[in-house]
Amino acid sequence: MWFYAARRIVLTIPIALGVTIICFALVYIAPGDPIASLLPPNATASDIALLKHSYGLDRPIPIQYLIWLGHALTGNLGRSIQNSQPVAGEVLRALSNTLLIAILAVLVAFSIALVLGMLAAYRVGSWVDRLATGISVLGISVPSFWLGVVLVILFAVKLHWLPATGMGTSGSESFSLFEWKQAKFAILPVVTMALTPLSIIMRTTRSSLAEVLGQDFVQTLRAKGLGEIAIMRHAIWNAMPQILAMLGLQLGYLLGGSILIETIFTWPGTGYLLNKAILTRDIPLLQGAILILAMAFVAINLVVDLLQTVVDPRIKRA
Amino acid sequence: MRRLFGMKRIPAVLLTAATLVSVMSSVQARAETVVRVAMTAADIPDWTGVPDQGYEGYRFLGYTLYDGLTNWDLSSSDKAADIVPALATAWHVDPGDHKKWIFDLREGVKFHDGCAWNADAAVWNFDRVNSKDSKQFNPKQFSMSRGFMDNVDHAQKIDDSHIAIYTKIVDSYLPYEMSTFFQVSPCAVQKANYDYTAYAAAPAGTGPYKFDKVTPHERIELVKNADYWNKDRVPKHDRLVLIPMPEAATRAAALLSGQVDFVEAPSPDTIPQLQSAGMTITKVPYPHNWNYQIRLDRPPFNDLRVRQAANYAINRDDFIELLGGYATPGYGVFIESQPYYGNPMKYEYDPEKAKELLKQAGCSPCKMTIAISTSGSGQMQPLPMNELVKEQLEAVGFQVTLVPIDWNSLIDVFIGGPDKFPQYDGMNFSLAPIDANQGLLKTTMTRYMSPHGSNWGKYSNPEIDKLGEQALATFDEAERNKIIAKMHEIAVKDAFDIFIVHDLNPRALSPKLKGFVQAQSWFQDLTPIQVVQ
Repeated sequence: MWFYAARRIVLTIPIALGVTIICFALVYIAPGDPIASLLPPNATASDIALLKHSYGLDRPIPIQYLIWLGHALTGNLGRSIQNSQPVAGEVLRALSNTLLIAILAVLVAFSIALVLGMLAAYRVGSWVDRLATGISVLGISVPSFWLGVVLVILFAVKLHWLPATGMGTSGSESFSLFEWKQAKFAILPVVTMALTPLSIIMRTTRSSLAEVLGQDFVQTLRAKGLGEIAIMRHAIWNAMPQILAMLGLQLGYLLGGSILIETIFTWPGTGYLLNKAILTRDIPLLQGAILILAMAFVAINLVVDLLQTVVDPRIKRA
Repeated sequence: MRRLFGMKRIPAVLLTAATLVSVMSSVQARAETVVRVAMTAADIPDWTGVPDQGYEGYRFLGYTLYDGLTNWDLSSSDKAADIVPALATAWHVDPGDHKKWIFDLREGVKFHDGCAWNADAAVWNFDRVNSKDSKQFNPKQFSMSRGFMDNVDHAQKIDDSHIAIYTKIVDSYLPYEMSTFFQVSPCAVQKANYDYTAYAAAPAGTGPYKFDKVTPHERIELVKNADYWNKDRVPKHDRLVLIPMPEAATRAAALLSGQVDFVEAPSPDTIPQLQSAGMTITKVPYPHNWNYQIRLDRPPFNDLRVRQAANYAINRDDFIELLGGYATPGYGVFIESQPYYGNPMKYEYDPEKAKELLKQAGCSPCKMTIAISTSGSGQMQPLPMNELVKEQLEAVGFQVTLVPIDWNSLIDVFIGGPDKFPQYDGMNFSLAPIDANQGLLKTTMTRYMSPHGSNWGKYSNPEIDKLGEQALATFDEAERNKIIAKMHEIAVKDAFDIFIVHDLNPRALSPKLKGFVQAQSWFQDLTPIQVVQ
């Protein structure tokens, strides 16, 4: 396994390089100028030139890329054009905020999906199965930005039970999961975020488990007189690699793909940061954020792959 | 008395005093009054001296922390805002040299860090955005301040309380331009070793609020400056919290759930709900022009008849209905309360006349491609509004292609000018005619023709240029207003833009806020707001 892990880590290097090249290309292909949002409407071409020079944006793009790459290798992702803060700090702070709700959302989704998926797989075609399938279809079909707004109207505006927006009473620095006054800020974003992974993980659990339950070894276990709970324990362990793979993918998507949810709840995470970076063409921030998110995605998949080998030793990787 | 302060009584007195002090301090702590504002900005505007994020940045992190040599009088809803003395108490142009202004500086003013405001500080600030060789020069602030500093050559100290400002051209609008040039503490920048990122952690101006703390991208908190030089504008609340909240629905929900007290630009469809929940909705006319800028140097808009036809085709009442009543018809650049509005002709809705003009011009179908944004500062409700413009123009014989691009790209189109973006015949780019210079001179005079300024459509009329030069050289305000009014009348007659509506800028306030007076301006004074529990 260690050899396999080392090989996977080495393989992330070309992936990272590919990501950096795509980042650069995408940012420069998109219309709009990173300097434009900093300038007044009547700025002249010479004003623009001076500012571009001060940010090094007047150099050829390959040179800009190589300089940036050199700095990135030392952990320096440059400074944000908008607020001059170091990009690495900005992205890592946002990533920690997103990780918090993404992990909670995936845990909530995983717990509920596992129970519903097991019930549905155990009684395929029953009302429980149809109910679980209905929930799953609803969860995949309902847009998260719509659900977020509806939850805000219900729980914040009408009932005044939960806050509508933000992260903590005085911003993210005051946030704590262990203090109800602060922790309640995370509830609506987590619930909104959990719905899609819940549906997908539940469908995966149901189909994988139903397939396993139909295999010969389950008949053998029954013939040997094992109880249904023990049989289910064996079956779920066999279905777990697929479920874990899906869980990892969903966590990866949530890390970078929660722009709408974080914007609705003004949650200062990576989605919110990326949205701002895109709108203001903050190139260093955009490049740094995409790189770190891509690396986080790769790391999560690596961890999930390794977990799969632990759960099911038949999966020979090395 | 002797009994009261007898030895035996001392412990009891001390205990009582200690209890009183404790109770008083806890009451004081509880009594802090806080105003929490939800801004439309996507991020906290730059608070180091030249705000970004459009005029919203100036509104919340310009005039709160800083002052200019002049400020805006924002105390009335009944008249268009105008400038008043601030860090300068008076100013005049040198009678012998109209490119030289003398400003008398206010004495006895200190920055928040205790640094003295005087001529040295003023000249130091001019160098901050003008002199590339000075230690305090900031390239970003240099570029961002071109809008109001492009005519300034340099400043010179005369004595401790007087400076001379030299302009590149004769510029009677310099006092207006000085209202958006904020003065920062030289001591604070020096203490930060001329690093403006470090300065951002402890900024110091002379404004009615002092910086307290910031959580990047989330909130910035300012506190009352009890020693503010203008005692009438010492804030009537203790703390001002500014929160960027770009989603209109989120801002409305935050107000309704009690998380904020003051919301910028609620969308018209949420206003009835906010009103029914007891929120105060304020609105006043202000110089916000939602229009189409069109290029006049090529067909179809090089023909006056086509431009006039487009203006006659617009039914402005439909826009007001679309916006729930939160707009007024736009028949020109300025709003009627501005003293230089004049008496321009009105292109009242007349589709038959529009069709006739197009027929005379021989433009059929009269094709145009317009760049629009999907959102952006001052763009109001750009998608439904532009769809309505298209529908109305096409009803009289135009064929309109709308090209939606994001806000940043539209800014690029504006700055780059029509030659760099020949695919567009016009653009929907709202401008803020806060004064006649910004609103009319810079958008109509040939010298400001794109890419050298805000005259995007390349409008050129010798009569306008002559009047513009006269206005720049006229230092009597009443006389100058007459010249501007005449310019406005000519430019409207020339239909250099397609005029559509002016925004009424609704705001929603919690019922616990009292005393806010919405000025007819892009800038607002938050200091009179009281929090009533």
